Amino acid sequence: MPFSLKLEKRLEESKIIAFLVPLGSLLLALVFGAILLQSVGADPLRTYSAMIEGAFGTPVQWTQGDFYALTETLVKATPLMICGLAVSIAFRMLFWNIGAEGQLVMGGFAAGAVALWLPGMAPWLPHWAFLPLMALAGIVAGAAWGILPGLLKAYVKVNEIITTLMLNYIAILWLQYLYYGPWKDPKGFGFPGTAQFEPFTWLPRLIGRVHWGLVFALLAAIFIWLILSRTRWGYEIRLIGENPVAARYAGINIGRNIVLVMFLSGGLAGLAGMAEVAGISHRLQHGLAVGYGFTAIIVAWLAKLNPWGVVVVAFLLAALLVGGDQIQITMGLPAAMASVLQGAILFFMLGGNILTRYRVRIVRSLPAECTQEG
Amino acid sequence: MDRSDRPPAVEMRGIVKRFPGVLANDHIHFAVHAGEIHALLGENGAGKSTLMNILSGLYRPDAGEIWICPRGQTQPRRVDIRSPRDAINLGIGMVHQHFMLVPTLTVAENVILGLKDPRFLLRMRHVEEKIKQLSRQYHLQVDPSAYIWQLSVGEQQRVEIIKLLYRGAEVLILDEPTAVLTPQEAEELGRTLRRMAEEGKAIIFITHKLDEVIVFSDRVTVLRAGRNIATLDTARTDKAELARLMVGREVLFRVEKPAGVVCTNGEPPVLEVIQVEALNDRGLPALQGVSLEVCSGEIVGIAGVAGNGQRELAEVVTGLRPVTRGRVLVRGQDLTNQPPLRFIEAGVSHIPGDRLGMGLAGNLPVSDNLVMKAYRREPIANGPFLSRRAVLSFAQKLIQAFQIVTPTASVPVRTLSGGNLQKTILAREITASRDFASDHRRVLVAIHPTRGLDVGATEAVHRTLLEQRAQGAAILLISEDLEELLALADRIAVMYEGCIMGVVDATSANIEQLGLMMAGETHMTKETADRL
Repeated sequence: MPFSLKLEKRLEESKIIAFLVPLGSLLLALVFGAILLQSVGADPLRTYSAMIEGAFGTPVQWTQGDFYALTETLVKATPLMICGLAVSIAFRMLFWNIGAEGQLVMGGFAAGAVALWLPGMAPWLPHWAFLPLMALAGIVAGAAWGILPGLLKAYVKVNEIITTLMLNYIAILWLQYLYYGPWKDPKGFGFPGTAQFEPFTWLPRLIGRVHWGLVFALLAAIFIWLILSRTRWGYEIRLIGENPVAARYAGINIGRNIVLVMFLSGGLAGLAGMAEVAGISHRLQHGLAVGYGFTAIIVAWLAKLNPWGVVVVAFLLAALLVGGDQIQITMGLPAAMASVLQGAILFFMLGGNILTRYRVRIVRSLPAECTQEG
Repeated sequence: MDRSDRPPAVEMRGIVKRFPGVLANDHIHFAVHAGEIHALLGENGAGKSTLMNILSGLYRPDAGEIWICPRGQTQPRRVDIRSPRDAINLGIGMVHQHFMLVPTLTVAENVILGLKDPRFLLRMRHVEEKIKQLSRQYHLQVDPSAYIWQLSVGEQQRVEIIKLLYRGAEVLILDEPTAVLTPQEAEELGRTLRRMAEEGKAIIFITHKLDEVIVFSDRVTVLRAGRNIATLDTARTDKAELARLMVGREVLFRVEKPAGVVCTNGEPPVLEVIQVEALNDRGLPALQGVSLEVCSGEIVGIAGVAGNGQRELAEVVTGLRPVTRGRVLVRGQDLTNQPPLRFIEAGVSHIPGDRLGMGLAGNLPVSDNLVMKAYRREPIANGPFLSRRAVLSFAQKLIQAFQIVTPTASVPVRTLSGGNLQKTILAREITASRDFASDHRRVLVAIHPTRGLDVGATEAVHRTLLEQRAQGAAILLISEDLEELLALADRIAVMYEGCIMGVVDATSANIEQLGLMMAGETHMTKETADRL
């Protein structure tokens, strides 16, 4: 008997479904990946376990005090968390900030500028003052990069998707110009990158390469959660996000809110850039713009814009990135394979989302001709 | 007309349709004969639209059968309608409340849109000829080569009807067809329906207006809470009986209204609109020099066919739309082109026409929707913070005072019924104007406040508006329901193409006179014409 599939909107989103669908999507992605791995002659189970070990380490390693894998995952999770929070607050009010990458780069640039040049310009400054100043510079520069499209959107209705996207490239190329050109380390044997910062401008590390940026990320999550659920401003943001027409009707100045939210969003991304240069690279170089700001968009969506969700998803996505890198090394798989697996997992997870809102119904078609009464 | 010798053109037997939590159709039996106009009457949520959506192929019933007996046959047969295409192939078509026309195409192009024939060569002349013939046959005046965007709402409705006739529909379903028409256009529609019935077509029209049932229909089926309560010959019933069947109790038609205050006791008007001009969303002139005054304790009604500037007027007096000329004064204060917040703080409240589009944020809880205007003030606001406890207790207070039916204050507001959505807005707006205005001289702007509401909820809204009037509020009431305006308003202004055609005293106005003004005839020209 012929039948067809039909999507029907769920009237209520159930909690169980919201839990089962991502789990099912993940399993499907793993099965899909397994077929793929098998086809290139790799053992899927061994590959997956290598990924997990690469991202979290093994109990044996832990008992020996070796937390390298886990800390590397946390290192990657840090900028993803901060940028994920940054874009999610903007997305909350339907402002599509896809410029976190550029805001991060500008934050790193400003913090780097302070670390590179301020010690020479103000030698009388105490060393403890540098990190706060760098954080401030990072936040202000990121915020400026965020406010610009905010102002354009709020007052002349320029599409923010275009402006935030384009500003990314300006920021990235500007930074490249500096470390390839005027700010290049003269003692760097021709390698692109600035000189290393003075050690007192480095963010203290907690364990392995994990630095204070992780603390910033967790504080930022608390801060965003507090704003959204406990303040008048958060109420306005939620109202604008749910229904901008109703928000205007309630007397809310939407333009002003766009600018304020983009200050916060850009500022957070800028802080992530500061944490990267002060916590990891200790110089301005190529490794700053590696796509954290873009991956953050996926983090925000998978987390459904919930601040605590962002923290969890950023960690898991970082594990996927680190674990994926590991299988290139330990399994000798081509680099592309790791990306394919990462892509498959994201594809299935995001695609599965539709099932939390719709259900599939099988519609059986009866013969088209009417049945005669007997 | 003896119907007993022929089976019904359409018979729906034991139709059941469930939506989560609601039994929309509960074993409904419904039959319509060729040659009759059959009204389907019921309150909102009674299941009328669900039943007709099943017949026209948009929904599938959970149980029940549909039998049809095409013209010229004597044996009915059971059919399975899976899509609107199936329905139209069986000769069943529906004119929806929101028209399904492409504005940038011509009438003829719209009529053949979606048809399989002609497959390759399109001979528009042929199509236009057939449309002209149909429009002559049924007195549906329309120019086949006109573009849809050039047509009035009434003409567009005719195009929708022609679309069905062109497809050979024998059973025509019209969903609240008169909601968008002037009284004159409605009368014309009535004549067209009669003509089609005489030609042997079966006409079903969905309505909740009792007058239309009496005037237009041969028979009437009353639905209540998903069940068929009665099917009657219209000639053997009356409005009172139908209303009782529809609501399940006696209904009073007249609202008791004490005499109003006259605007001449030296007190300046609370709301003044002076020579205001404004543009609509497309940048075209929507208000062209409108002047209006509303005094304390007065309801000024605005009548007019939708789209003649009423919405823009409401937005101008609430600060949502800038004016290009003229002034808006509230309590003597010039608020021209001030932001909406200034209007709110001056004590202007607004009950918008689009409840979920403007008045509420559907996904947010009832409580968040109730504090939409109070959240800036203590005790709900605590410095920059929001006191969650104060939000909930404020919401609880309003839910009780205005008898909003909701499981808790934290369910998404969109899950409430239409009547309770409106009560939520009323509760918030009346409380807000009371809190913001320093005295009784506050402004209430209400747009279609009872549209889509059942009789019970309508009564509640009317009572609330009259209470506010008694307390001294200046109320601007925009409505398409002339009965409502005549019952509630002290004065009625009629808008046509962005102008006020005239202001009449509600006690001396009649529907015919208002209808003429709504169609663009001014009060004056008619009188002068009579005199000449």
